[in-house]
Amino acid sequence: MRILAVESSAVTASAAILTDDIMTAEYTINYKKTHSQTLLPMIAEIFKMTDTKPDDIDVIAVSVGPGSFTGLRIGVATGKGMALALGKKMAAVPTLDAMAYNLYGTDKLICSVMDARRQHLYNNIYYFDEENSLHKLRQQSLSSYEELTAELNELGKEVIFIGDGVSAAGRFFEEKLTCRYEFAPAHITTQRAASVAFLAKKQAERGELVDAAAVKPDYLRPSQAERELAEKQEAETDA
Amino acid sequence: MEKQEDVLILAIESSCDETAAAVVKNGRVVLSNIINSQIDIHTLYGGVVPEIASRKHIENINPVIELALKDAGVTLDDITAVAVTYGPGLVGALLVGVAEAKAIAFAKNKPLVGVHHIEGHICANYIEHPDLEPPFAALVVSGGHTHLVMVNDYGEYEIVGRTRDDAAGEAFDKVARAVGLGYPGGPKIDRLAKEGNPHAVEFPRAHVEDSPYDFSFSGIKSAVLNYINQCEMKKEQLNKTDLVASFQNAVVDALVSRAMMLVRERNIDKLAIAGGVASNSALRSAIQSACEQNGIKYYSPSPGLCTDNAAMIGSAGYYEYIKGVRHGYDLNAVPNLKLGERV
Repeated sequence: MRILAVESSAVTASAAILTDDIMTAEYTINYKKTHSQTLLPMIAEIFKMTDTKPDDIDVIAVSVGPGSFTGLRIGVATGKGMALALGKKMAAVPTLDAMAYNLYGTDKLICSVMDARRQHLYNNIYYFDEENSLHKLRQQSLSSYEELTAELNELGKEVIFIGDGVSAAGRFFEEKLTCRYEFAPAHITTQRAASVAFLAKKQAERGELVDAAAVKPDYLRPSQAERELAEKQEAETDA
Repeated sequence: MEKQEDVLILAIESSCDETAAAVVKNGRVVLSNIINSQIDIHTLYGGVVPEIASRKHIENINPVIELALKDAGVTLDDITAVAVTYGPGLVGALLVGVAEAKAIAFAKNKPLVGVHHIEGHICANYIEHPDLEPPFAALVVSGGHTHLVMVNDYGEYEIVGRTRDDAAGEAFDKVARAVGLGYPGGPKIDRLAKEGNPHAVEFPRAHVEDSPYDFSFSGIKSAVLNYINQCEMKKEQLNKTDLVASFQNAVVDALVSRAMMLVRERNIDKLAIAGGVASNSALRSAIQSACEQNGIKYYSPSPGLCTDNAAMIGSAGYYEYIKGVRHGYDLNAVPNLKLGERV
């Protein structure tokens, strides 16, 4: 089975090809150019370098969020377009889960954090069991710095943070966390399409692949207009 | 003579609040034209919400494209090239169509052609008028654009006049909101104005100094809003029907007079209208009778091809394709893409 995975949920753009158990290619850049300019040329490049033809791909995996709304849509539309053209199934991989997989096998808690602006983080908390299966402690969520810090202090276990949320909230964590913690080093802290591909393989094995038409980003945050309308309706019901 | 092979364009459009795909043969024959409109959702908010539009595009795009192929009775293997709107428009909305189109072009190894949305609107005229060929003058009027254009050749556009402030359609929406008609304002004003007296109130026809072809609609809009205020202050009953008829008449007059000036001065015998506001019945009949009086051949798309659709992108894409325009996999959305500009 050959999986093409794309990841564009934040600043990092990444594309990977997983052929059975071999990571045939991975191309990751963390640069200011927009995903619209980088992602497909990167995919084209790894195909060329590895003599892969689009028809050789069996599954198209995308990192579906949370993350940058526009970034997610570029990755998801790229995946959906390829799946439509090739008539292939897709894997919709939660971004935070894929990030946690970068820390495969650790005995510490893993906290994936993505900067959601306004002093908030998209986050989830994970651990690997004795068989090195990844488990989440709860559902992914959008939390304020305070909320997440309080939750981790309550758990009181050593935690490794992964993701760009560290650049945003790192100082806050340093001041407020009472548990032992560490920030993952640069070579594993960014989103990687290889991790997305690996989780997609697990989904395929469990029969969880989906039709391309049904794939959409998991934003975890309604649009501003929807939030404002909901608030207005709430105020009207209260009145 | 050997028959040239047909060129089939798969066209994708997602610049605002319609997710659309079409298959067009040789730039003129529409094999399918699928439009998924989000208007009901945006009506809740009194206008298009960009983030919601983008979210709906990504949900709707695959079924829309699949239906366009199915309706046309073709597969992607039959398609010659993929055309997509890459500007102007809402950047987040454009990016969905652009990313999708690029991925399809890559996966099927088809040429990719980026298309200017407004050029698409103008090309909507080619679909129903086989005799229309450049050069001709075009008046493009929509919610976001008001342009007076010379189409000198296929794919060659010269902007002669443009709005200095609001687009004509924007003025319609604002006036409709002010008199409580709601969104979208154009069709609602068009309907109500049919029963009103277009000369009940004489609103100013703004002229832009030194630019006789340019438009300005914020002055007319402000005059309408002032008129409403004055009625309220004087506690007079506002005759909404006459008011919107007079407003519409002022806008139509400004549009038609400049279009006629252009065809006269450039000695052009063909005028086409395009864009969402081109489906306005008062504009259509005013421009038609002005053309008849002046011996100008008048062209307009049927109302269904005036609003955003992908068939028009397929037509424009065809003419770009045969001119040799090809875009790379790094094609980006250009929200402020200028008419006639090539990026």
